[in-house]
Amino acid sequence: MAAASATAAGDQVPRRPLLQRLFGRHPVGQVFAAPYVLFWFALFAYPLGLALYMSVHEYFFAAPGADVQRPFVGLANYTEVLSDPSVRRAALNVLIFLVINVPLTVVFGLVLATILNTALPLRAFFRAAYYVPYVTASVAMVGVWLWLFSGGGLVNSLLGPLAPDPTWLVNSLWAMPIIALFATWKQLGFYVLLYLAALQNIPDTLYEAAKVDGAGVFKRFTNVTVPGVRSATALVVILATITGANFFTEPYLLTGGGGPNGASVSPVLLMYQEGIQQGNAGYAAAIGVVLAIVVMVLSLINRQLLEEE
Amino acid sequence: MRLLRTVTLACVLLLALTACVRGEEGGGAAGPAAGGSEGGSEIAAATGPIKIWYSNNEFEIEWAKAVVKAWNSDHPDEKVTAQEIPAGETSEEVIQASIAAGNTPCLIYNTSPAAVPQFEKQGGLVALDEFSDGASYVEERVGDKAQQYQSPDGSYYQLPWKANPVMIFYNKKLLQEAGIDAQNPPLATYDEFYETSKKIVDSGTAKAAIWPSPASQFFQPWFDYYPLFAAQTDGTQLVEEGESQFADEAGMAVADFWRRMYDENLSPKEEATGDAFAEEQSAMAIVGPWAIAAYEAVEWGAAPVPTQDGTPPEETYTFSDAKSVALYSSCENRGTAWEFLKFSTSEEQDGQLLELTGQMPMRDGLTETYAEYFEENPAYEQFADQNARTVEVPNVPNSIEMWQTFRDAYSASVIFGDEQIEPALTGAAEEINGLVSEG
Repeated sequence: MAAASATAAGDQVPRRPLLQRLFGRHPVGQVFAAPYVLFWFALFAYPLGLALYMSVHEYFFAAPGADVQRPFVGLANYTEVLSDPSVRRAALNVLIFLVINVPLTVVFGLVLATILNTALPLRAFFRAAYYVPYVTASVAMVGVWLWLFSGGGLVNSLLGPLAPDPTWLVNSLWAMPIIALFATWKQLGFYVLLYLAALQNIPDTLYEAAKVDGAGVFKRFTNVTVPGVRSATALVVILATITGANFFTEPYLLTGGGGPNGASVSPVLLMYQEGIQQGNAGYAAAIGVVLAIVVMVLSLINRQLLEEE
Repeated sequence: MRLLRTVTLACVLLLALTACVRGEEGGGAAGPAAGGSEGGSEIAAATGPIKIWYSNNEFEIEWAKAVVKAWNSDHPDEKVTAQEIPAGETSEEVIQASIAAGNTPCLIYNTSPAAVPQFEKQGGLVALDEFSDGASYVEERVGDKAQQYQSPDGSYYQLPWKANPVMIFYNKKLLQEAGIDAQNPPLATYDEFYETSKKIVDSGTAKAAIWPSPASQFFQPWFDYYPLFAAQTDGTQLVEEGESQFADEAGMAVADFWRRMYDENLSPKEEATGDAFAEEQSAMAIVGPWAIAAYEAVEWGAAPVPTQDGTPPEETYTFSDAKSVALYSSCENRGTAWEFLKFSTSEEQDGQLLELTGQMPMRDGLTETYAEYFEENPAYEQFADQNARTVEVPNVPNSIEMWQTFRDAYSASVIFGDEQIEPALTGAAEEINGLVSEG
């Protein structure tokens, strides 16, 4: 009996000091992590909580201390969002945008990165050139595209009678594809950079082995490069989807506020119009929450489909 | 199991955050924003240093600096610190954000009357009626037009300050080249305007006859539909007594006129890449007197906006494109703010404003008060005369949303022709009736 008691006492794990129990074995680690935790709370968790709160209220921004009524409305903002034709149109526009933007980004990003990874004359110049649109202000780039695609612009001058009527940016059929092309072109430099980084991780021996096996340039690309950058492709697709679903500058500047007749309106533009211009912050927050959920679901699907084990 | 634990933890955290937000909402300390409370009269009488914002227009900056200097030299204990309104997409957005942050200055000399209902709803404005001579000062200054600036609760939350009554500006050289009498162009009726426009475009003199922005922002109707609507209806506002006024014969006639201009490509459906009038891409523009200085290089003429059957110029109404001064609720020294507001809108300072900016002070009997100025500057006289017949945007709840609703229907039916005008405008009118009744 005494022996059994001794064994039980021997199995008992000694209680750690309170400080260790609260902050782990190395409390100093918590101190190092604290700035980011605070940053995360202030800039992500708190705004998210506020957005959720706003979305279930008839919310608008008011002066501090002002006696204003912002009643609880439950899910009314959400039901209104889901039945709003403008929101549906914006959702369709996001779909059009993603269908054009994401595949083009992946294909052109990878092909250009592969070319720029070879011993190309003026390689440094081309690498910088593709990156320039990404770091240039959108307003300036929009100015160039307005000039290119306006009625009397360069593109129509080249196309002559083949130019669409009404012209590109006021044509409800063409406005969204042009916006998607603009965004693809503007962002491409960043994705080329991601692919270039990923390409450095593919061992040369794989290319040499493929060459020995008789694989040509195309076969080496499809059988070595494409699988070799798979994790980068997953990242590119997820990032392109997230930034694509949040497009705002393009319809705001390129098509004069989502024109023609709402054909290029985006959810974020609607949030801006409703929340900032019209003072319906609760409704705008509901659009934002729905958009965030949709983007998260899309990203999860992309991750499941594309990421390696 | 681990995932479940993480999700549960996240939910708990979010609920806690939402509760924090809720706590904050209810716990706001009542500051000066709660004007009209017990200490309201004390705040209204308080004096001391104040801050003001003014527009970033170079001429207005010159005026504001001079006014502030004149005030400060006589009031060392009530010093006014002035600055340009901070940069932003629009002044309204900057002011709205500032109201929410509680850091608005006492006075802003660039408050859009269309945004006043929203600022008022935010608790950002002080009713001028709080001052014993508040309402009478507004009414004496503006005359009969004062009621257009009165809020539905009967108070004045803005002092109408200056107007830019819009007219048709035309380029005499381009009209001449198109074979049109440039001294007296036929622009009074819709048919005359259309024929003149057709001549301009058909002759290849300019790409467009007139190029109002086809963009869909809420304020764009103020520079295409609304001036013509004001003229066609002899000075009716878009909404009066809670009812939309545009879904009738007059409103449809204005819409039909613009639809014809767009259908015939006399007004382009795409945004101009620069200033179409300055670059002679268009022969006409709808502008206020600010354009006289801005288009100095152009040999211009001005005419009232057209109406269906023509209206004598001395009877034609237009949109005011006015700006007001408002007193903001975060202001602590409201006594000084009110006195400075009266000082800066006195006859003398209004005269300075006219002299330096060419913009029309919103004051009854403008041409008589500043007769000498208009004699010396006859170019402005036509606008001053027009200033007597202006229509303001309606001071109604959900004002911005109302204009956006109108613009969306107008874009769909008039500019892009995707819908029939009558059902589109009738639908917008019904929607707007609902919006303005929500207040």
